[in-house]
Amino acid sequence: MNQSGEPVVRARGIRKDYGSGEGLVRAVDGIDLDVIRGETLAVMGPSGCGKSTLLHLLGGLDRPTAGELWLAGRRIDEMSERALAHLRRSDIGFVFQAFQLMDELTVLENVELPALLAGRSPRAARRRAAELLEQVGLTQRTAHLPTALSGGQRQRVAIARALANDPVIVFADEPTGNLDSVATTELLRLFDALHTSGLTLVIVTHDERVAATADRLISMRDGAFVGDTRLAGGTTGNLARLAGLDG
Amino acid sequence: MGRLLLIWRLAARDLRRRPAQAALLLAVIAAAVTALTLGLVLHGVTAKPYTQTQAQTAGPDVVASSVGYGGDSAAFAALAHAPGVVARSGPYPVAWPALQAHGVSADVMAEGRDQAPAVVDQPKVLQGTWVRPGGVVVERAFADALGIRVGDTVTLDGEPFPVAGIAVTAAVPVYSQVCFYGGCSGPAGRPRQFDTGLVWLTQPAARGLASPANPLTHYLNLRLSDPAAAPVFVSRHQPPPGNGPEALTSWQSLSAAAGTLVSQEQNVLSPASWLLSLLALATVAVVAGGRMAEQERRVGLLKAAGAAPSLAAIVLLAEHLIIAFCAAGVGLAAGWLVAPLLTSPGASLVGAASAPALTPATVLLVVVVALIVATASTLVPAIRAARISTVRLLAGSVRSPRRQGWLIRLSSGLPVPLLLGLRLVARRPRRTLLSGASFTVTAATIVAVLIYHATVHHDALRAGPYSGAADPGQARVDQVLLVVTVIMVILAAANALFTTWATVLDARRFSAIARSLGTTPRQTASSLLVTQLLPALAGALLGIPVGMALYGAVQEGGSQAGLPLLWLLFLVLGMLAAVVAVTAVPASISTRQPIAHILQSETA
Repeated sequence: MNQSGEPVVRARGIRKDYGSGEGLVRAVDGIDLDVIRGETLAVMGPSGCGKSTLLHLLGGLDRPTAGELWLAGRRIDEMSERALAHLRRSDIGFVFQAFQLMDELTVLENVELPALLAGRSPRAARRRAAELLEQVGLTQRTAHLPTALSGGQRQRVAIARALANDPVIVFADEPTGNLDSVATTELLRLFDALHTSGLTLVIVTHDERVAATADRLISMRDGAFVGDTRLAGGTTGNLARLAGLDG
Repeated sequence: MGRLLLIWRLAARDLRRRPAQAALLLAVIAAAVTALTLGLVLHGVTAKPYTQTQAQTAGPDVVASSVGYGGDSAAFAALAHAPGVVARSGPYPVAWPALQAHGVSADVMAEGRDQAPAVVDQPKVLQGTWVRPGGVVVERAFADALGIRVGDTVTLDGEPFPVAGIAVTAAVPVYSQVCFYGGCSGPAGRPRQFDTGLVWLTQPAARGLASPANPLTHYLNLRLSDPAAAPVFVSRHQPPPGNGPEALTSWQSLSAAAGTLVSQEQNVLSPASWLLSLLALATVAVVAGGRMAEQERRVGLLKAAGAAPSLAAIVLLAEHLIIAFCAAGVGLAAGWLVAPLLTSPGASLVGAASAPALTPATVLLVVVVALIVATASTLVPAIRAARISTVRLLAGSVRSPRRQGWLIRLSSGLPVPLLLGLRLVARRPRRTLLSGASFTVTAATIVAVLIYHATVHHDALRAGPYSGAADPGQARVDQVLLVVTVIMVILAAANALFTTWATVLDARRFSAIARSLGTTPRQTASSLLVTQLLPALAGALLGIPVGMALYGAVQEGGSQAGLPLLWLLFLVLGMLAAVVAVTAVPASISTRQPIAHILQSETA
């Protein structure tokens, strides 16, 4: 672990409402949160409790109805869409439950895309993509289309893509939601490696095995935090044992 | 019966749910159908006014001009006694002076007539009186073109003549086609002018206008025992070619010349209607594809509820057939109503044009074309939807994007809007082709219209300085061309709008992923613009040679001026600017939707 104590994410009084009047739904209700650099934070809770909405707010994919949000030292709730886009490009990586890969692009093309969008040369983008695919163990699959891969492999491609521009934080929304046990274990090993390298991770999950690998576990219900537990072992322990996947 | 009712109910409800889309589709098909209707109904509409004028003016069955006889005046005079001739008037002396009125000059055919009424061809005086010494009677369409009224004074080769009357005749082709048959013997070396008008004056006055350089011609009007056999009489007595223009003209040819104004319009409308149908086809195909993409889940639900695979296809087809059928009705009605505006025979004839011939065959053809446009453009996406598994339809993962590896590689080093735009184009090549075809048709039409204007300008310059009256035929063709071009541009704009809308819908997830990876809203919107600008650029460039070929085909070997490079540059830039203006709004709106919402709702 490489936690410096400096918050990468700071949220104060974050609220997110949908609808109005009698149909008002408060998906996130006045949340305060600090995520320290290098920390792996897991957010758990029942379906519809607002954890994915919170992740989208923290990552600048959606805007809060009220409250203040900082990411990498910059206030993002008042940022223009353009500035937010630049921030997502340079400092943030996303991993989605449904992978969200572009089906018409090969694995390599998917992973190099963020670097190309950031203005890197095609050669540099491709080199970086190849490195990342090697890191996630997909060197043999670079020319395949996503539809030719298993769920676990697709998620590893998504992680490689999230890392393409060396972000300071990666947000993962139910990253193992569509994966079987073996693929989940592979993914946890990958997250462990990322955590070890000092990357800050925020993972929304239903899976207790995934949550158990985090440094800190937040429980949500009805849009609010109902528990905030610092886990002793985290990903520094034996991952397979923690995840209950060994023997 | 129950199945039919279900199809009707589903189709009608869906149309009601998207009234704007249905209305736009209807407008697109109706525009094409209206042009087609107009092209078809203009046949023969001017025969009635000529017949009326012929009856009221004791019109001749054959007109003979001494121009075609060279110096053989005996042969010309013998015509009056040819077998089959039962009455005649003339020969009348005709001079070819220049007329000036209200600061405008024009060549005229000045026919010398008796004050007493003639048995054959006695022009009908509509205002004022018939010829009298010192006075001139002006043919009505010519008078209208120059703004001449009874009581005005005009000059013929500088000699003043008060206007005694305004009249019409069936013996000379309508203005501005006076020189169409028989030939005009204007000053030597001077090209025929479209603006040659017709005036009558006394015979001594006509003879007084002649000069050795501008000699008299003589005209003879003949009545035959069998008017229907006039063409046979003409071919039997026509002097051999080589002595100048044809000397004899039958009343049937004069009647056909009366329809020249309308036939010129028809020459424009016929190809325009087919081009508009092509545009409508491209537009409906894009809309059908877009609607199908929108309705994947609905089709899936129908199939999940037990509907046969074909039902979904039939419902979509039925919707578009209903629209096409209504559009055919609208187009037929619009064509029927607009046709009289185009079928005015001009002021050279009395009476109104007959009602446009909306025959059962015309109605059938128009309806069939509208239905073909709808069917041809809807069948492919409808059948595709019917064939796809219900699970895939429900998951909304039907329309897998195409992969064009070379285009993806090519785009890698380009700026972000081009990079994304090219990749969007590569995902849906058929849509891009349709869009490109639409722009090509539009550009080709504009190029053809520009060539027409350039040719008219070029011909006018070649004819020398001109200060005469405007050609009514050209003015009418100009109006029709303008209307066709405007309809074409509107259809192309609608097509661009529909295509952008379909691309925006189809690229929702693509754009959302790109935005989650850091693409700015402007870059995303620009990439959507690129998907239209690329086919627009290709269409504009391709439309230039196609337009030239189109003009050549319509003109059938007539003169064709080249277009200045600057005009072509303006055309290309103008089309690109119009595309940006039309597509910027939907492209911009698409970037305002929250990324998270799109990615959560579209998981494929």
